[in-house]
Amino acid sequence: MIQKPEKNPYKINKINDYVWEIPATEKKGMNVPARIYASQKLLNEMDAGVFEQVTNLACMPGIEKYALALSDAHWGYGSPVGGVAAFDLDRGVISPGITGFDINCGMRLIQTNLNVKEVKPRIKELVNELFRAVPTGVGAKGALKVNKSQFIEVMENGVEWCIDNGYGWKADLKKIEEYGKIKGADSDKVSEKAIQRGLNQLGTLGSGNHYLEIQEVKKGAIFDEKTAKAFGITGEGQVVVMVHCGSRGCGHQVCTDYVRTFDSAMKKYGITVNDRDLACAPFSSEEGSSYYAAMACAANNAFANRQVITHNTRKVFEKIFRKSAEEMGMYITYDVAHNIAKVEEQVVDGKKKKLVVHRKGSTRSFGPGHSELIDIYKKTGQPVIVGGSMETGSYLCVGTQKAMEETFGSTIHGSGRTMSRTKAKAEFKGEKLQQDMERRGIYVKAASYSGLAEEAGSAYKNISEVVETMHNAGISRKVVALSPIGNIKG
Amino acid sequence: MTNVKFRFLDNVAIADTAFEAFGKNENELFENAATALFEEMVDTRKVSAKIKKKIKLRNENLENLLYDFLSELIYIKDVDGVVFGEFKVKIRSAKDKKTRNAIYDLDADCSGEKIDYSKKEFRNDVKAVTLHLFKIEKTKKGHKVTVVLDI
Repeated sequence: MIQKPEKNPYKINKINDYVWEIPATEKKGMNVPARIYASQKLLNEMDAGVFEQVTNLACMPGIEKYALALSDAHWGYGSPVGGVAAFDLDRGVISPGITGFDINCGMRLIQTNLNVKEVKPRIKELVNELFRAVPTGVGAKGALKVNKSQFIEVMENGVEWCIDNGYGWKADLKKIEEYGKIKGADSDKVSEKAIQRGLNQLGTLGSGNHYLEIQEVKKGAIFDEKTAKAFGITGEGQVVVMVHCGSRGCGHQVCTDYVRTFDSAMKKYGITVNDRDLACAPFSSEEGSSYYAAMACAANNAFANRQVITHNTRKVFEKIFRKSAEEMGMYITYDVAHNIAKVEEQVVDGKKKKLVVHRKGSTRSFGPGHSELIDIYKKTGQPVIVGGSMETGSYLCVGTQKAMEETFGSTIHGSGRTMSRTKAKAEFKGEKLQQDMERRGIYVKAASYSGLAEEAGSAYKNISEVVETMHNAGISRKVVALSPIGNIKG
Repeated sequence: MTNVKFRFLDNVAIADTAFEAFGKNENELFENAATALFEEMVDTRKVSAKIKKKIKLRNENLENLLYDFLSELIYIKDVDGVVFGEFKVKIRSAKDKKTRNAIYDLDADCSGEKIDYSKKEFRNDVKAVTLHLFKIEKTKKGHKVTVVLDI
């Protein structure tokens, strides 16, 4: 039986209070050191799988500077969740397994101008109606049916397709990472299976840790008023909607297909990896460029998925509050991908360079002035949406210049698990958790009680500590804390 | 451990779900791994056998054959909207006449029912089978496989 490694077996040097380094001499084959962002407490409690996995990343061909694990890091498959690895375009590789099966799993934040006082009395009605409008759970489908040629357009054009077909506002496009469309998407590189799996799943949430949550800005929750305002958060009591989901079956199948292709192709390129799920190929190889084009399709599908969910969420709010979504100010603050590989211009050792940056459970955290950002976010840095557990709440943060210098413009994506799903299921009971949460003012509707139990707040790290660590390290600054009042989950 | 078909591991792959499945032979190993896969999504003992599906696969490598089999089941779950509770697997191995490499042929009969939330409770959707720790091992009593599912 596989034993969980009890502790980190590697020497670890303190760089400062929030940054730790495992030197490249610690494991055979490491090309660069591994760096871990954590407070002393988070480091002590960090799951030992993280140290093994981040040093495995450091062994990969063409990796630049450091393999990174951020304060939310925990044991994943291949890469740690909360991991970042950037590769040189010529010497480096691309890996479907690092990017993850749920390509462009990500977060979206939708503002409202409603106050918690008007929303709370209607919360049950609102959540129940959202639960009907946004399908969740095993094999969820049916929010929007498209035919194959439409689905191909979705994969190649992302959110643009949604706007052209009436599922959103033109202004939405600007508030999405990559403007809702990653360039280079080529549907010829996507298998028929991936298309068939995705066809009926637009506008669905899925399960696991995915959710759609109604949140409030509690008293004292705004840490940076000016930036909060730029992000559409104007005061205490304001209600917002947070969406966490990804590319559904389409993305899962794209990754499944390419993990197998890469697993067999590695021999041809003379590449070995420490974990089969890290299977990779040179970025410039046929396999590498095909995967990138297919991954972009799945990523665009995920942006479109969150867009259709946004459209249906607006409709539900209109029905319940009898006002138009425009009147309720239901604009998007931002939409960020946290399982993705992207070609980005980065500065390495003072030189501008194009890299393929893999973020596995990590959010882009571009700082002020970045040319990729729209004007209002050029002033502040980009919004970073950090999703917490359904019990403990989430954070809206902002990207920094320091992230550009230290972490390839990347930060955390969530709080990070401390307990396996199997263990959480044994420890908590879904029904009881639902009742307890309702007593505390959080109304949850879930497709599955056991799934709910796995998402108990105690199965996660303390999100405030995780966010605070990146704030103190200067990688992403906290702007607003958001507390749940209603939640639907798969 | 003769009667244990599979067990979920509570200390592996924190973000996802890991299980070990056992079998006295390859056929049983595949059947029990498939059952464990669906056990993550539903109580397989309560799944009726209203829908039958045949799967045929071929591979030179037994591990890859199992990976493809489990991945195929996840694909069918999404496309047909079906969960399965029972499996009959037959694996035949032969040598390729030209390469002399082993070739495995799989025939599986899967029984299940449509996903219907009004009829029963479902658990987690499984996104994919990962290759992390994926390994078939020979044991004293037969075979064992370790699988990590992405949830």
